[in-house]
Amino acid sequence: MLKDEDRIFKNLYNDKGVDVKCAQERGDWINTKELCSKGRDWIINEIKSSELRGRGGAGFPTGLKWSFAPKEVKSRPHYLIINADESEPGTCKDRDILRFEPHKLIEGCLIASYAVNAHVCYIYIRGEYFNEGEKLQEAIDEAYQKNLIGKNASGTGWDFDIFIHYGAGAYICGEETALLESLEGKKGQPRLKPPFPALIGLYGCPTIINNVETIAVVPTILRRGSKWFVSLGKPKNTGSKIFCISGNVNNPCNVEEEMGIPLKNLIENHAGGVIGGWENLKAVIPGGSSMPLLPKKTCDTITMDFDSLIQEKSGLGTAGIVVINNDQDIIKCIARIAKFYKHESCGQCTPCREGTGWMWRMLERMSKGEASKDEVDMLMDVTKQIEGHTICAFGEGSAWPVQGLLRNFKKEIEKKNNFNPIVKQNKNIPYLVDQHLLDKKNA
Amino acid sequence: MSIKKISKEQPDKFEFTLDNLEKVKKIISKYPNGKKQSAVMPLLYLAQKQNNNWIPLSAIKYIGKLLEMPYIKVYEVATFYTMYNLTPVGNHFIQVCTTTPCMIRGAYKLVEACKEKISPNENELLKNKNCSWVEVECLGACVNAPMMQINNDYYEDLDKEKTLKIIDQILKGENPKPGSYRGRLNTEPENNRKTLMDIKNA
Repeated sequence: MLKDEDRIFKNLYNDKGVDVKCAQERGDWINTKELCSKGRDWIINEIKSSELRGRGGAGFPTGLKWSFAPKEVKSRPHYLIINADESEPGTCKDRDILRFEPHKLIEGCLIASYAVNAHVCYIYIRGEYFNEGEKLQEAIDEAYQKNLIGKNASGTGWDFDIFIHYGAGAYICGEETALLESLEGKKGQPRLKPPFPALIGLYGCPTIINNVETIAVVPTILRRGSKWFVSLGKPKNTGSKIFCISGNVNNPCNVEEEMGIPLKNLIENHAGGVIGGWENLKAVIPGGSSMPLLPKKTCDTITMDFDSLIQEKSGLGTAGIVVINNDQDIIKCIARIAKFYKHESCGQCTPCREGTGWMWRMLERMSKGEASKDEVDMLMDVTKQIEGHTICAFGEGSAWPVQGLLRNFKKEIEKKNNFNPIVKQNKNIPYLVDQHLLDKKNA
Repeated sequence: MSIKKISKEQPDKFEFTLDNLEKVKKIISKYPNGKKQSAVMPLLYLAQKQNNNWIPLSAIKYIGKLLEMPYIKVYEVATFYTMYNLTPVGNHFIQVCTTTPCMIRGAYKLVEACKEKISPNENELLKNKNCSWVEVECLGACVNAPMMQINNDYYEDLDKEKTLKIIDQILKGENPKPGSYRGRLNTEPENNRKTLMDIKNA
């Protein structure tokens, strides 16, 4: 278990206060000027050697991302954007940072902005987190009053402003280019990449977009040194991470732990174990709803870091762990996730707009036992038509959970949906679009 | 994709109050010169707040003029995002999360409670036009599931009985306390906390 002294978020549960004074007691803001005076290159190199990977889902190395911003500010200003549009089912870590550790985030924003030459930072918060946004605004106002941000922020000689922008209930705006569109006052539909936002982002200007947790850990890394951060976790998967453990566990909770902690340890030690005991475990979604589920067999031994989970054909994502036990109908659980994606698809790409609804309807029928045997393969085919054929990663995010279900619980679905379809008895129906699926040879 | 219903009964006119016009100036100043369009989302929220929690078409037109945007561009934004109510929802707008993490902890019991107390259907106003409910997607409080949002406040760690009680209180005009209804501190593991104990006990 991670030692308390190594925890970054000491106010995760709000045992102590949120204001500047309490934050300073926890070590925030104490030597911001000194950190910045070491220069941009030092900051970026320190983050690079800490091997910090983005905490928003994709796990992209943060230092590398920052180094993509142009070194010199030309005619176009640079922007820093914090992605606080946390909407991935199973994830609720950024909410606690916004409401209980706002000064870690604000200080991180200043340092990151300084490193990438940005004078303005927008924090894009999902609209439902209105109260959390208000808390953050209070903290921002306080930071302005104390001259920690604003003109000559913290005495660094750098002018720096932070503004909050609320989303309005669109999951897709967590995708960075959709977020930019939304911030520009349009509907949130993702842009094609390239060009990447680091060169052409908000209002066509160079823009660095980071997750809340990524930015909030930056000041602590710089203070305690990248060596300390690397000493936690595993190689290439360093540091600590907030895990959200929800679903069928006795004590669902958020907890900060070392990367690479065994999943079983996390569930049994912190979340009070699976309801009905470990043997009653059916599957675990390890990283928010987009990540394929893991069957119990894998859960026995898996460790929670980016690379181990990729090897098991899943991913760490946002580290939102949803535990599902044997009392649940696993098909129904994934069907509900499919409904989520159907609801949240932005409608820009046809495979996603049509496919998400298709998957949801099929899964609903499968959970009731009303699908035919052949439809199981058809469902897999639909997921493959979506995956990789859309502008943004939403397509993968909607297809992977279904693929995970089919990979691990195919037998169970077939047992439940085991009748011969009418179409099979009347082959070669001319209007049947999916004819090729019936005839395996031509598939 | 989700479909938005637009109210059939629409007021003829909408204008921001003087107070809100001051706020509009402040909001627009957050964005660079010439990028007024960025203010469309906060302005729609402002209109929604002023107009009893929903946005009439006249407000969409008004905001379009204010920001020098074509009407259809504002309409596009208002219909894309689910949190803009284009039809009346009542003073107390209840949103129940039923996405998988909440579902497996009994979110549909909360839906039952809403059906019993408010209306058998979603988006249907109570007789006194005071309250309506709707099922929504993940609200981002998964470790406090099941939960619901009433206006801006989160009510967490619920079950059917607690939900019935909260709705009763709200309909009586009381303000039930938001947060966890099992008495735990925010997102800590209930009765099983093993971290940061020194800070807790200090």
